[in-house]
Amino acid sequence: MIDFEIEPSVLKRVKMFHMVADSVMRPISREFDEKEHEEPTQYFQTMWAANAMAESSMDLPKKKESSEAKSGDGAKAAARSPMRNLYTVITTEELCWGDAGLFLATPNAGLGGAAVMAAGTPEQKERFLSRFRGGEPKWGAMAITEPGFGSDSSQVTTTATREGDDYVLNGTKIFCTGGDRAAKSEGFIVVWATVDKSAGRPGIKPFVVEHGTPGMTVVRVENKLGIRASDTAAIVFDNCRIPKDHLLGSPEVRKEGGFKDVMATFDATRPIVAAMAIGVGRAALDFVRDFLKQENIPVRYGISPRRLTALERDFMEMEVQLKAARLLTWRAAWMMDVGKHNNLEASMAKAKAGLAVTLITQKAVELLGPLGYSRQYLLEKWMRDAKINDIFEGTQQINLLIVARRILGYSSKELN
Amino acid sequence: MIDFELSEEQQMIRDTVGAFALEQMRPAAREADETGSVPADLIEKLWELGVVVQSAIPEKFGGAGDVRSAVTSAVIAEELGYGDIAIASHATAPRLFAFPILEAGTEEQRERHLKKFAAPKFVPATAALMEPRFDFDTTTLATSVRREGAGLVLNGRKCFVPLAADSESLLVYASSDPNAGYQGVEGFIIARNAPGLTISAREKNMGFKALATYGLEFKDCKIAPEARLGGEGGINFSRLMSETRVALAAMAVGMARAAYEYARDYAKERRAFGAAIAQKQAIAFILAEMAIEVDASRLLVWEAAWELDRGEDALASSYLAKNYVANSVLKITDNAVQVLGGHGYIREHPVEMWLRNARGLAALDGIATV
Repeated sequence: MIDFEIEPSVLKRVKMFHMVADSVMRPISREFDEKEHEEPTQYFQTMWAANAMAESSMDLPKKKESSEAKSGDGAKAAARSPMRNLYTVITTEELCWGDAGLFLATPNAGLGGAAVMAAGTPEQKERFLSRFRGGEPKWGAMAITEPGFGSDSSQVTTTATREGDDYVLNGTKIFCTGGDRAAKSEGFIVVWATVDKSAGRPGIKPFVVEHGTPGMTVVRVENKLGIRASDTAAIVFDNCRIPKDHLLGSPEVRKEGGFKDVMATFDATRPIVAAMAIGVGRAALDFVRDFLKQENIPVRYGISPRRLTALERDFMEMEVQLKAARLLTWRAAWMMDVGKHNNLEASMAKAKAGLAVTLITQKAVELLGPLGYSRQYLLEKWMRDAKINDIFEGTQQINLLIVARRILGYSSKELN
Repeated sequence: MIDFELSEEQQMIRDTVGAFALEQMRPAAREADETGSVPADLIEKLWELGVVVQSAIPEKFGGAGDVRSAVTSAVIAEELGYGDIAIASHATAPRLFAFPILEAGTEEQRERHLKKFAAPKFVPATAALMEPRFDFDTTTLATSVRREGAGLVLNGRKCFVPLAADSESLLVYASSDPNAGYQGVEGFIIARNAPGLTISAREKNMGFKALATYGLEFKDCKIAPEARLGGEGGINFSRLMSETRVALAAMAVGMARAAYEYARDYAKERRAFGAAIAQKQAIAFILAEMAIEVDASRLLVWEAAWELDRGEDALASSYLAKNYVANSVLKITDNAVQVLGGHGYIREHPVEMWLRNARGLAALDGIATV
């Protein structure tokens, strides 16, 4: 049955995350935006400790007993997992309402962990991920993009050459989120490298490079428009030697697996990135709404739209665009949770969220005139933070391309 | 708990009405638009589906007595709009009269007026909301009602009243206090031949051309106090407005879906520069955006409908949804014409008709309800 209610147990957690966003993140938002390359150490410690507690007490909401289970089709019902993706999407929105940069900078397994989960063997999952359960704050990162490509990820030039029981990596990666902190902590970086350039996509494999591995050097941490608290690293691999069992999954160059497996992680991460955007967009929307209330400027739902003031009209447009983006994002996450293939819907959500939140945050600065433009308030920061969501984890244009291919039934050869 | 899946029953209703829309309504749409009339047998067939009013009429009045669901109604409305929005508006016009009485009428009003909708044949009925002024606003209706002695007097003008000339009774919305917004709005059950009420000649509009709409003029039209919908208690006009917004927006989503599918299928066939035009990014991106906006529009409508089903007025969500859809459907249908190029401009493919229909959504209110 169609339902848009977040259930009470989840709402409770949302409240907790909101408290973190409001009392832990917001107070330091401006500081780590201005001091881009400083470490928010206190924040790291707080989040790491909180995560450790949360992990142990995590009881995610399970899907209610469906009519299938009641009618005896128990196997189908049992196959449905707890609403993990939806939960993540909802809580991600809340944290990014706080600060998207700090959210990305939070010590955890990150995209590196997602790659291990998607492509690793059970043994590799234990070996690489168990460290996130304790000890000091640490980070997992994933390095895909190179100076020569971003969207066209089949163009990997970083090589992984087999030498005895090792692989040797050579190449340069850029735009690696969390790469610097992963390298400096007891973390790791998952690097996409090719074992056979002539094979194209099937030759591209994910390799785990442990912190401190000789031959891996973070050469630069970027200065960015926004999400400045998050470190974005350029990394050079110069004869970087790793054990052969650091290749996630199977070493065979075959059509299935490897590249495809990791691409599949994007079906799960796209809704989460969309949720990030929605959090930032909501921050801006809430700010404008509170401001209008404070100034006793009414927002009159129900009157003839032609009689709305420009301010009301713009505000309502922001509000409904955010709602639309959120509903598409929830849908994409829900589909994963109930076992439905969501490649189309995840790309729809990401495309819509990136675009909508770019417009929302830009409009918010505009509406508040000189105050919107001032660095005295966080509004201008949110516009800068929002923009990345239109770009990373699949640009708006790539996501539109994916949507187009799905709705037209075209392969990437037929539509590119 | 968050759930995006329709119940099995809703899926069945959707598929049944959807098949009817495609097989019966769509083939009749162009002729209906050109001639300005809907085949009577089509209206009867739609009536026979039982989804117009009969399902909601209480058993004691001869109906199925189903609990009303705005979400289910929105699903049905979308399929009807997918067939043809003008024919759909004609077919569902009786709801404009019956549902507010069902929801807000006194026992006597329900007793008097609902039985006839359990009939096996279509019963034309309607409500009058819109007014012929550029700044028409449901929060400041110009149609006024005032007390005079023991009775009431109505003055004002209405426009875009579906099926007025064929409806024995009409529900008319007027304001007893233009400063009171929705709170001041009341409904009045009025006979078509009431003295003081004149029905104009049939209107001519840009779109919705198959739908017969009329203007009304009330000149000191005297009505009995019993005509006031809901008696002394009045009505929750805000909720009624939300119900009409959801219905119109839902039908529009159906029409948008029709336009998107039509453009998509055309673009896969039409070739230029050595490939299907769907293989060109400019066209492909337009189609992708259309697909996204159909889904986004639907979800916004469902959210407002769901709030109604929870007993909320859904003012903000229905208002935002309807305005969003008015824009998105305009863009989608405009793009559908564009994708078809010159062929989209000719009154043969349905896309130009859908564009003309879509432009009306910004101005129209109250011509459908859930």
